[in-house]
Amino acid sequence: MSITPAAIAVAARPARRGAVWRHLRRHPTIVIGGVLLGLMALAAVFAPYLGTVDPQALSPIQRLRWPSAQHWFGTDMLGRDIYSRTIYGARVSLTVGLSVALSTTGLGLAIGLVTGFSRWADALLMRVMDGLMSIPAVLIAIALMALTRASLGNVILAITIAEVPRVSRLVRGVVLALRELPFVEAAVASGTRADRILWRHILPNTLPPLLVQATYTAASAMIIEAILSFLGAGTPPNIPSWGNIMTEGRSLFQVAYYIVLFPGAFLSATVLAINLLGDGLRDAIDPRLARRM
Amino acid sequence: MLAYIIRRILATVPVMAVVAVFVFALLHLSPGDPAAIIAGDTATPADIARIHQALGLDRPLYVQFASWVWQLLHGDLGISIFTNLPVTELIAQRLGPTVALTISTLVVSVSAAVPLGVLAAWKAGSWIDRAVMVFSVLGFSVPVFVLAYVLIYLFAVRADWLPVQGFAGLDRGLGPFLAHLVMPTLALAMVYTALIARMTRASMLDVLAQDYIRTAQAKGLANRQVLLGHALKNAAVPIATVIGIGVALLISGVVVTETVFAIPGLGRLTVDAILRRDYPIIQGIILIFSAAYVLINLLVDLSYTLLDPRIRY
Repeated sequence: MSITPAAIAVAARPARRGAVWRHLRRHPTIVIGGVLLGLMALAAVFAPYLGTVDPQALSPIQRLRWPSAQHWFGTDMLGRDIYSRTIYGARVSLTVGLSVALSTTGLGLAIGLVTGFSRWADALLMRVMDGLMSIPAVLIAIALMALTRASLGNVILAITIAEVPRVSRLVRGVVLALRELPFVEAAVASGTRADRILWRHILPNTLPPLLVQATYTAASAMIIEAILSFLGAGTPPNIPSWGNIMTEGRSLFQVAYYIVLFPGAFLSATVLAINLLGDGLRDAIDPRLARRM
Repeated sequence: MLAYIIRRILATVPVMAVVAVFVFALLHLSPGDPAAIIAGDTATPADIARIHQALGLDRPLYVQFASWVWQLLHGDLGISIFTNLPVTELIAQRLGPTVALTISTLVVSVSAAVPLGVLAAWKAGSWIDRAVMVFSVLGFSVPVFVLAYVLIYLFAVRADWLPVQGFAGLDRGLGPFLAHLVMPTLALAMVYTALIARMTRASMLDVLAQDYIRTAQAKGLANRQVLLGHALKNAAVPIATVIGIGVALLISGVVVTETVFAIPGLGRLTVDAILRRDYPIIQGIILIFSAAYVLINLLVDLSYTLLDPRIRY
C-alpha cells in the first residue's frame, strides 16, 4: 500500500553488522517474510524438480480427483495435477511482481526526478498522474488488456502503467522535501552542478523509501495479475497462473473447492510475505514511524 | 468558503479531462488494429470493417476525438458493439446492485475500522493492538476473491446459512436483500477496513501524544470523552482522507466480488465486456467509476472544514 505516510523518509546511516542483527531480532517480521518469500522463489526456480508433472498434461481418466498421495492437491476437470500447476504458477506471480516492481521503480524515479526539478514538467506530468490515479488500478489494467493480445509481457506492461503514478508521486515528494534541506543548499552554494546534485545528493536519498514502495508495488502487482487472470483478461490460459487455476475452478467450487483453495492460499501467503518484508524494511528505514504503524 | 468550493470543483475538470483523453487515446495508441483485436481471431474482414465503422475508426483522429468529447458532454457514452444498446442504458440497468454493495461495504468498514483503530491506539502495545495490526496485515494480503471463496465455503457450502451467490433487489423484501449482501460485503470490506483501521490507529497515536490530551485527562475527563471528544475529533482529517482514497480499492474489489458472487452489477458488466472485448462499455465504466472516485474525494476535501474548524479557505 502506498497510502501509508511512510512516504518521505530520509536515509539512515549504513548500519553496523551488530545493529542489523539486533534489528532483525527485534523485528522478526523481516525474517518471517524473507524466509517465506525465499521458499516461494526456490519453488518457482526449481519447479520441475519438486515432484511435479507437466502442469499442462491432460488426463481425462483422472478428472476431479480429491487430494491424495498421488495428486497432492488433487486434479481439475481436465485431469491436470493442481500441485504441479500451483508450483509452476509461482513463476508467473513472482515474475510479474518482480518485473513490475523494477519497471515502476525505474520509470517512477525518472518521472519523479524530472518533476521535482522542472516546474513546467511538474505541472504537466503531475496533472496526467492525478488523472491516472483517479482510475482504479485494476480498471486501467483491464482497459489495456482489452485492447492488446493476452501475453505475460502485456500483463506486466498494463500493471506497470497502472502503478507508475503512485511511485512517481512518491519520488516527487521526496525530491521536493530534500531540495529544502541544508546539505542540498550547501551543495548549491558551493557551486555544484545541478546534474551532480541530482546524482550524488538527491538520488541516493530517494532509494530507501523507493525500496519499501517497490515491495508494496510487487505485492499489489501480484494481486492485480491474479485478478486479471481470474476475470479472463490476464495471463493467457495456456500458462498456469494462480488466477487462471482459480478461474478454472470457479464453476466447480461447490463440488471441488480444493481447486480454488490451493492457488488462493499460495497467492495469499506470497503477498503476506512481501507485505511483512515491506513493513520490516519501512521500520528499519524510519524507526520513528515504526512505533506508530 | 464558497470561492474555495467553486475552485475545488473546477480543479476536478482537468483530472476528468485526463481520464477522458486517456481512455480515448488507449483505443488509438494501442499497437495493431484495435478493431481486429476486438473482433477476435475468428473474425472475417467484414466483421472488422463493421467494428471500424461502429467505433468511428475510419474517420480522421481529430474528428473522432471532437465528436467523442461532444457526445460525452451530452452524457452519451456511445453504443455497445455487441448488444448495439447505448452504454448509458446498460450502465443504468446494472447500477443498483453495485451501489448497494458499495454503500453496505462503506458503512460496515467505517463502523468497524474506526472503533478498532481507536481501541488499538488507546491500548497501544496490548494484545488488542497486536490483534488489530495482525488483522490489518492479513487484510492487505488476502485478495478479495480468495476471502470470498473462504466465506462461501464456510457459510454457504459447509453451513448452508447464506445463499451461495446471486443478488436480490429490495423489491424482494429486506430479508433476502440483506442475506445476499452479507458475504460480498464482508469479503469486500476486509481490505478497506484494514486500511482505515491502520490510518485511524496511526492518526490517533499522534494525537494522543499531544499536551492537550494530557490536560484533558488531568482535569478528570472520562476516557470516553477524551478519546471521542478530544482525540478522535482531531485525528479525523487523515482518516477521512484515507476513506476517500480507499474508494479506489473498493471499486477494484467490486468488479471481482461481483464476479465471484454472480451479482448482476457494473463489475459483472465489465467482465462480460472484457470477454467480448466490447470496448465502448469498458470506456464508459472507467469514466463512471473515475467520476465517482473524483466526486467522493471532492466531498472528502470539502468535509475537512467541518471536521477541523481551523482549516479555512
